[in-house]
Amino acid sequence: MLHVENLTASIGDKQILKGLDLDVGSGEVHAIMGPNGSGKSTFAHALAGREGYEIGGTVTLDGADLLEMSPEERAAAGIFMGFQYPVEIPGVNNMYFLRTALNSVRRARGEAEIGARDFLAVAKEAMSLVEMKQDFLDRAVNAGFSGGEKKRNEILQMAVMQPRLAVLDETDSGLDIDALRVIAGGVNALRSPERSMIVITHYQRLLDYIKPDFVHVLVDGRIVESGDHTLALHLEDHGYADFVNTELNDAPERPLAGASS
Amino acid sequence: MSETATNETVTSESRRQIEELTERGYQYGFSTDLDTDVAPPGLNEDVVRLISAKKDEPEWLLEWRLSAYEAWTKMDEPDWAKLEIAPIDYQAISYWAAPKNKPVLDSMDDVDPEIREMFDKLGIPLHEQKMLSNVAVDAIVDSVSVTTTFKASLAEAGVIFCSFSEAVQDHPDLVREHLGSVVPVRDNYFAALNSAVFSDGSFCYIPKGVRCPMELSTYFRINSQNTGQFERTLIVAEDDSHVSYLEGCTAPQRDENQLHAAVVELVAKDRAEIKYSTVQNWYPGDENGVGGIYNFVTKRGRAHTDAKISWTQVETGSAITWKYPSVILQGDRSVGEFYSVALSSQRQQADTGTKMIHIGKDTTSTIISKGISAARGQNTYRGLVKVMRSAENARNYTQCDSLLLGKECGAHTIPYIEAKNPSAQIEHEASTSTVGEDQLYYCRQRGMTEEDAMSMIVNGFCREVFNELPMEFAVEAQRLLSVSLEGSVG
Repeated sequence: MLHVENLTASIGDKQILKGLDLDVGSGEVHAIMGPNGSGKSTFAHALAGREGYEIGGTVTLDGADLLEMSPEERAAAGIFMGFQYPVEIPGVNNMYFLRTALNSVRRARGEAEIGARDFLAVAKEAMSLVEMKQDFLDRAVNAGFSGGEKKRNEILQMAVMQPRLAVLDETDSGLDIDALRVIAGGVNALRSPERSMIVITHYQRLLDYIKPDFVHVLVDGRIVESGDHTLALHLEDHGYADFVNTELNDAPERPLAGASS
Repeated sequence: MSETATNETVTSESRRQIEELTERGYQYGFSTDLDTDVAPPGLNEDVVRLISAKKDEPEWLLEWRLSAYEAWTKMDEPDWAKLEIAPIDYQAISYWAAPKNKPVLDSMDDVDPEIREMFDKLGIPLHEQKMLSNVAVDAIVDSVSVTTTFKASLAEAGVIFCSFSEAVQDHPDLVREHLGSVVPVRDNYFAALNSAVFSDGSFCYIPKGVRCPMELSTYFRINSQNTGQFERTLIVAEDDSHVSYLEGCTAPQRDENQLHAAVVELVAKDRAEIKYSTVQNWYPGDENGVGGIYNFVTKRGRAHTDAKISWTQVETGSAITWKYPSVILQGDRSVGEFYSVALSSQRQQADTGTKMIHIGKDTTSTIISKGISAARGQNTYRGLVKVMRSAENARNYTQCDSLLLGKECGAHTIPYIEAKNPSAQIEHEASTSTVGEDQLYYCRQRGMTEEDAMSMIVNGFCREVFNELPMEFAVEAQRLLSVSLEGSVG
């Protein structure tokens, strides 16, 4: 479904992604782990279409060339990004924002727009996934939200947008264990054979709740190791030291427990 | 659901307007030869006398005009505003033209395509478009009753609402008592000029204890068709009365006169409340700033004991805006409010704000100003909060937020505070922000186009002010802002 080949990204002289390859099949959940500065967030933004990067390589979604598309076209194609730092938009009602977002992609896909009443039903169902109260919709987008509320709002948006591919960038950062449980519950409820996910995280902790089909280790702009969820457990015990400051071909032998598709 | 309701309101309103217009056509007829009646350019005492004579005014009003003219000749144009203005030749302007009907067009096809496009973007119903462009319309028979009902219910409540000229003839005592009582003839250069030569405007009187049964907006929008460049408005709300008044229109307004100097005076007597809302969309000029309207406005209200005056303005038009709607908080516990959105795009310059003069005890004022600068626009908030020695326990809260869209525009905040009573509590908050790349990217990732995202963010920025507008106008004002910002993105 998603095919990434030799993806490079740089800002000015600084190259951040140095030839990243990844294939994600329909319905699969892939975790991407890596130390600070390895390029995890840049990878997410490269998929979502953030401007300001020099991008090379190939990225296709269901065969369509993603790199040719604007961020809003990618959203219409089914890409959703859960932001590490969700942006505040003062004065814009959360419900209005959500409905505008949904209707924007519906319009772009040639589907009928959804009316206020029908949307409320959609929003209510989505809110129950992340255990949100009704008044949440009446507040301004992320303005004055706690860290946990912002992240829950991201998952709420994902539930409303029903994306083909969700890229969740450090959705677990800044969450206490209860909030983490709620958010993971929401994400798991949204898993489906038609929906793929890329979960970016520093910590194995999140993967106890969202069990990935594949785990990839991203170091210095490349995926240096891929495996199943046991790879995450290994990282938990040993950290990234095995991969950092080491040439790729010097990496220790470790059984590959599953191949990336 | 609310959107539907709004459309219905607008439609019935436009019907009223069409009717009113048709009726006026009959009233004045088309055969009169007033058209040729134009004073030669230039201003002197004779011109002032001519204007007064043409309008058949009483002697006291002529004297009043003459005193204003005399004051004006001794005054200089104010130069303290942050505005770059080409010199204005006051002797090149003709100060009197007889009222004339705008040329009637056969169909919308005869209307400037640029204006038509704007109408469509603003979502103005076709009937109203025709009314605004003076396209001939077939009067709908049953709408006669709408106008009649409208006038009847005002009359029943005892509300006087008419043109200023009519008020001078029909209610001279009321006019004489209040004219110049809030903005004296010598107040400032442009107010003096207006007082000497004002053409027409509106007069509104709400008797004691009366709550005006409707927003005085529709009617005004008809009246505003030909009020000319020196407009005079006077609103008097007697004890315990209430009125909400709306001037202007979101539709683009062009005018052959570049200089506009209006004066608005509000008198809110004990426990009365006046809410005055403005949407100003005069022609801003082309991208080089050529041809736009110069808008020099003096607006001020006097609030007596326990009275409340609230100004709400959405200023998106004009090449130059010089405007400081103010409140004199004279009575104890009186309340003044100012809510403003001012947008300066292209080459527009706006120097606008308010003055809150606290005289009475326990007086309260609130100022919420939202300035938006785009393209090469310059936007200045200039405000004065003055607490007199007599104003025990006065309070003011001021919030000035500026939003910058682009790198060549400017935002300036110039608050003046003078407190002569130590019990005063004055709070001032100011912020300047840009529409962040992050915000735009976030919205676009959720599927919105860049222009939709920009419009949403800017409208969110103005939310607190739009909330103060009458519902139907809040919707139009949002559209207006979006349309005005088109092409400012990126």
